[in-house]
Amino acid sequence: MSGWLLKDVRLPAAEGPDDVVDLRLADGIIAEIGTQLSQGDDQCLEGAGLVALPGLVDLHTHLREPGREDAETVETGTRAAALGGFTAVHAMANTDPVADTAGVVEQVWRLGRDAGHCDVHPIGAVTLGLQGKALAELGAMADSAARVRVFSDDGRCVSDAGLMRRALDYVKAFDGVIAQHAQEPTLTEGAQMHEGIVSARLGLQGWPAAAEESIIARDCLLAAHTGSRLHVCHVSTAGSVELIRWAKSKGWRVTAEVTPHHLCLTDDLAEGYDPLFKVNPPLRTHADVEALRDGLADGTIDAVATDHAPHALEDKESEWDCAAFGMLGLETALSIVVESMVATGRMSWYDVADRMSVRPARIGGLSGQGLGLAVGVPANLTLIEEAASWTVDPGQLASRSRNTPYAGRTLPARVLATFLRGRPTVLDGKLT
Amino acid sequence: MKRHLLSAADLSLDDALLILDAAGQLARVSDRAIKRLPTLRGRTVVNLFYEDSTRTRLSFEVAAKRLSADVVTFSAKGSSVSKGESLKDTALTLEAMGADAVVCRHHASGAPHRLADWIQGSVVNAGDGTHEHPTQALLDAFTMRARMGRLEGLRVAIIGDILHSRVARSNVLLLHTLGADVTLVAPPTLLPVGIEGWPVQVSYDIDSVLPKSDVVMMLRVQRERMGAAFFPSAREYSRRYGLDRDRMAMLADDTIVMHPGPMNRGMEIAAEVADSVRSTIVDQVANGVSVRMAVLYLLLGGSEAAFSQPAEEVAGA
Repeated sequence: MSGWLLKDVRLPAAEGPDDVVDLRLADGIIAEIGTQLSQGDDQCLEGAGLVALPGLVDLHTHLREPGREDAETVETGTRAAALGGFTAVHAMANTDPVADTAGVVEQVWRLGRDAGHCDVHPIGAVTLGLQGKALAELGAMADSAARVRVFSDDGRCVSDAGLMRRALDYVKAFDGVIAQHAQEPTLTEGAQMHEGIVSARLGLQGWPAAAEESIIARDCLLAAHTGSRLHVCHVSTAGSVELIRWAKSKGWRVTAEVTPHHLCLTDDLAEGYDPLFKVNPPLRTHADVEALRDGLADGTIDAVATDHAPHALEDKESEWDCAAFGMLGLETALSIVVESMVATGRMSWYDVADRMSVRPARIGGLSGQGLGLAVGVPANLTLIEEAASWTVDPGQLASRSRNTPYAGRTLPARVLATFLRGRPTVLDGKLT
Repeated sequence: MKRHLLSAADLSLDDALLILDAAGQLARVSDRAIKRLPTLRGRTVVNLFYEDSTRTRLSFEVAAKRLSADVVTFSAKGSSVSKGESLKDTALTLEAMGADAVVCRHHASGAPHRLADWIQGSVVNAGDGTHEHPTQALLDAFTMRARMGRLEGLRVAIIGDILHSRVARSNVLLLHTLGADVTLVAPPTLLPVGIEGWPVQVSYDIDSVLPKSDVVMMLRVQRERMGAAFFPSAREYSRRYGLDRDRMAMLADDTIVMHPGPMNRGMEIAAEVADSVRSTIVDQVANGVSVRMAVLYLLLGGSEAAFSQPAEEVAGA
């Protein structure tokens, strides 16, 4: 079978100028890296002006299947992922039925494999039915065909400290990680947006930063006590970044992610009461955005994760209070990171590869993803047209839903091609 | 003036004064035997009430009828709304029926903003969640001006559950526009985080504020707040923040006492205070009709220039 020759692509270097090289993809791996490689039988892609990144890995995706196929399916969600440059996504457990058994996680895993646009790694629920009362069968999910390693009640916080401690302890047996949605429920009953100057004016019930930070502080201490792995989902406040920096300085096994939207959007967008900007955790202040960018740049925050949260139109075209939390992210994530971090000089392309591929794959315990671009590794990669810009048109997104907060915005950088184990899933910016 | 009245912040000083002046002229209609003007004949005003509020709904109904508008009242109970129709579908229905103005009362903050995105007519916010109630602020300002003769430099104390009060939010914005000095008084649990952005003084101590106030506005304390532990008990609240006879004695001679209603007598306000000569509570209700007539008139009757002519007609009538 012939492979692909990617000519004159830019390989981001840790230091110094990036290399411009040819990559040969054959038999699912990167077979050769060099200059002036001969084409042979391979199909050729002229890569001048393109940045090659290892295939992006999302730690936090809501694919909505089973249960809300009107909002997204594994098929449509992974199409969106491939177009966004992803070769692997972690599918969150808050489906209906909840992914709290081996049966459900295997179903999602198979749907992903059959769709073939990117790898789908189901996340298992920590507690039965996300109820926060009793542990789900974490071991059965770990041992299933889906090989679950990440467990999360995302959307809800494992707020019971005793249960959280047990979960952290238990997953050590199979090197699992608990991905916590940090939100103290008693501080956020009915909460609608960040508690601050804007919520006071708009009369929307506040979601205080302390509700996130108090859980993160507690969980870091539990991670230290158990020696287990904690991953903090969608960090949204300056205080959270400080706490994670502190925990890491102690050598505790704590990792964290930030969403693209928390890197660029702020709470004042709620002014028009348009629920497109309603998300959990909520959009925070400029000071928080700055702290999150600093934290991502210095590595305190390990990964960018989309929290891609598709919602049917009627769940967003309503009063703010009644609307669902969440926004789309897969197809815009890379561009937002480029706009927020690369264009501002805070991160290099090498750092982008680290935070969007290498580290998330490591946190997720994936073996064939996030290994960088080197001879012999699986050919999971994406090619980015750095100089391009594009305007977000919700109607043109591959996701089944339309709830992007970036409608009409012109964003930098475009995903031109994505390869999954040597096979193109996206070429010329379109699904193959 | 803007097309909608969603927030008291939508009103410039000129807009606010125009409404108050118009309300003053329209108030005379209410004193006539035939309390009706032909101004809005053929126009349709829809009262869209998702929350029970007899007093506000009646006030808007009377106001619209005195201007000869066709008034349709659409309350959430017993309508398609209770069958789960979305706000958007309701808006499209009203739009198709040709509503010229929609007066909206809703339990969700911002619901009138959403309506305004979907319909062509004017939207008047008649109270949305814990956000705003701009016509209440207008009638309060009208009442203060009528009783005190001015608004600029007036020292207004607003006392009670500021956190959940749409009346407080609208009053703070409008009174600031009109040049009054506002002090908010509440237990710390009933003040919003982020209040530092408001153009007000804040105090936890009612006794230090009362002697320095020209206007004292007491807010209703919702019984359900007690269960949520915003304060320990009704008695404690009443002792620390209620306006009783002893505290009334601390007021300057001409200080007035206001309340947007409905009152919890014996809780935030003692019966002797509510029924005293200082109380403007009944005036507020009457002024509500005049102010709402002015708002509907100016939003639907068109520009300021269009207003001045019929206003003379009113004055000469």
